[in-house]
Amino acid sequence: MKLRKSATALAITAVLAVTATACGSGSDEGAKNDGKITIGIKFDQPGVGLKTPDGKYEGFDVDVATYVAKELGYEAKDIEWKQAPSAERENLIANGDVDFVVASYSITDERKQKVDFAGPYFLAHQDLLVRADDSSIKDAKDLNSKKLCSVTGSTSAQNVRNDFAPQADLQEMGGYSECLTGLENKAVDALTTDDSILAGYASQKDHQGKFKLAGLNLSDENYGIGLKKGDTELQGDINKAIEKMVEDGSWEKAVKANFGPAGYKNEPAPKITETS
Amino acid sequence: MTSVLYDTPGPRAKRRNVLYTALFVVALAVIVWWVLGALDEKGQLAGEKWSPFVTDAQVWTTYLLPGLGDTLTAAALSIVIALPLGALLGIGRLSDHRWVTVPVGAVVEFFRAIPVLLLMMFANQAYVQFADIESEVRPLYAVVTGLVLYNASVIAEIVRAGILALPNGQSDAARAIGMRKGQTMAYVLLPQAVTAMLPALVSQLVVIVKDTALGGAMLGFTELLSQNRQITANYGANTIAAFTVIALIFIALNFLLTSCASWLEGRIRRGKRGTGAVVTGGLGDDLTGAGAGATTGGLPTVPRQTTVSAGADETQPTA
Amino acid sequence: MFDFLDSGQYDLLGAFWVTVQLTLYSAIGSLIWGTLLAGMRVSPVPLMRVFGTAYVNLVRNTPLTVIILACSLGLNQTLGITLGGGDFKDIGFRLAVLGLVAYTGTFVCEALRSGINTVPVGQAEAARALGLSFTQVLTLVVLPQAFRSVVAPLANVLIALTKNTTVAAAISAAEAAYLMKSMIENESDALLAVFAVFALGFVLLTLPTGLLLGWVSKRVAVKR
Repeated sequence: MKLRKSATALAITAVLAVTATACGSGSDEGAKNDGKITIGIKFDQPGVGLKTPDGKYEGFDVDVATYVAKELGYEAKDIEWKQAPSAERENLIANGDVDFVVASYSITDERKQKVDFAGPYFLAHQDLLVRADDSSIKDAKDLNSKKLCSVTGSTSAQNVRNDFAPQADLQEMGGYSECLTGLENKAVDALTTDDSILAGYASQKDHQGKFKLAGLNLSDENYGIGLKKGDTELQGDINKAIEKMVEDGSWEKAVKANFGPAGYKNEPAPKITETS
Repeated sequence: MTSVLYDTPGPRAKRRNVLYTALFVVALAVIVWWVLGALDEKGQLAGEKWSPFVTDAQVWTTYLLPGLGDTLTAAALSIVIALPLGALLGIGRLSDHRWVTVPVGAVVEFFRAIPVLLLMMFANQAYVQFADIESEVRPLYAVVTGLVLYNASVIAEIVRAGILALPNGQSDAARAIGMRKGQTMAYVLLPQAVTAMLPALVSQLVVIVKDTALGGAMLGFTELLSQNRQITANYGANTIAAFTVIALIFIALNFLLTSCASWLEGRIRRGKRGTGAVVTGGLGDDLTGAGAGATTGGLPTVPRQTTVSAGADETQPTA
Repeated sequence: MFDFLDSGQYDLLGAFWVTVQLTLYSAIGSLIWGTLLAGMRVSPVPLMRVFGTAYVNLVRNTPLTVIILACSLGLNQTLGITLGGGDFKDIGFRLAVLGLVAYTGTFVCEALRSGINTVPVGQAEAARALGLSFTQVLTLVVLPQAFRSVVAPLANVLIALTKNTTVAAAISAAEAAYLMKSMIENESDALLAVFAVFALGFVLLTLPTGLLLGWVSKRVAVKR
């Protein structure tokens, strides 16, 4: 009798737990299933790579990835998008979870030890986003008396601290949208990261006219398409696709569509350097 | 319940109370008015920042509900794994053999003494380096690992308290009819202790749900809180609105669990057949099991003292 | 394996010192705020009771991470409240203290309330018979006894608070967990060693607190 009572009690706990689990079932899919291609992109950067509320994907990286995939023989519906957060990009490629990564991925010597790149397909610079009515920042030295915001652990944050403006008051937040809140409400003076990402935020419908790029080219960031080390065949194919995209004007169109509203003067398409 | 602390208000006291009430209302109103005014000035109260949560079902289906699903998944997995583990540890601590109690005690005290965030971050990095786990589920694994390690040791203490709260007569009687130690535990003590522990366990679930938010903020786990960033990236920097909605969901969920715990507690306490022993969640937070030192014990073993609250109505002065 | 300790690159002691400071300031703040809340919850003014109850139930059911992030995103980033802090490091610290006080105060309040319940009814009745007002009954007679009986639960609150300061890492307050996060990224070969050092740090902070206050609670307990 006591036993049955406690058994019911246990059952209640179990049911509580099970109903909760039922809400989120795991997903299982692997890369490399036939007829499909898996591409890693950012999910949370407007203008670059963004998952929209209706489950679609948009942004410059998405456009480039779609074009490249088409040249490789995959229709848009055959693409499986996978989130590639900055810290995970090398792992995703090395584990074969994705076929390639198009995620504002700067080509650096350090990264080239772990993965190979195709491209570059875009030349970005570290820059600052300021409020539209603020013209007090003209070069990097002005930053020393300013309040800056960037994302925890980003290279942009390290650059500021080590090179451009060691005395600047730098706040590191979990994401760019947090910085944007502070920028909008004057808790910070500028948000710093690659100008492509900044332009993406400034071009958003709700932000148009509120922010502008300061136009300081603090660094050169060559965005490449990351792929598995040693896959020279894929590298060559992707390079060809990028060249074609630039030639037929799709590249220019994608840049204008995604970054245009911010009054962002993009660099011309860079020359392909990553060949083997 | 605490009306023993003051006399039944007479006419003057009543007037004074009204005055205090008025002052308090004014103070609260000033604060609320100031906050709302400041928010409004910053445009955070604008309709379009809030309306998506009512008019646009996609905010819910794409962000909030999947986020809530992840939160619940992590919480459920944690409690399901931590429960048997905690029970084992708790029983181990009651063993008659020193070579069992000492190491088990050390493990329990160690995991209770360090912050759960440290465990999560360690687990996350360990999985990156030593295990082949897909990047999408790794934060979930890390969060669950951290929560299991911590909560198993808290549950171990709850189990121990639950068993110790049973009257001695139970194990004496079991011994008298010739049961062995294992039998006594399995057939007599544990079944009764489980009932007594139930409210504490549900309270612990609240702690677990709250702690999953850490994974969202620090490890990139896609639970409810982390959806804030996604929503604000898509709906025009409506930080305050998104944050408020997310906080309300958390509060509603936890309030439900807390109410469930106190309902269970009341039921068990009223129940005539049981021993009447109840292990409550005490403070209902990580605080229950927070005692790192053996001396504080931190045992939430209360048949809570109800003298004052029960007697308050009768002792209320009529003068 | 423990080379990173000598490299001078990481200010381990400094980070733990921030943790200690966070704990101390928050502890003092939450003791005051928790006592006020407890006073409200037992006060003769119905509205204050309602407020106290609502506040405790709301805040206790909110994740601390949400509260601390709300302090940063809401109060600081949106409303521009700096709490008198200069740079972001300073502001982050102050905001974290505010969040921890708001959260921990509820647990102090509940501990105190159960402490008030342990004071025999006769004490309050005798005090009232002397003609003491509610505030006098509470501050002169009931609370002193209640505090003495809740030293052990309050010690648990303090230990939980010490551990909860790590949540301040979410708003980049430079305390121990924040340092650990960057250390496990940069020193990934020495992962176990890094974890061991930080775990030891927290054991060293929490264990003596528990032992000391356990001893105190036995000393001051009201013998009945």
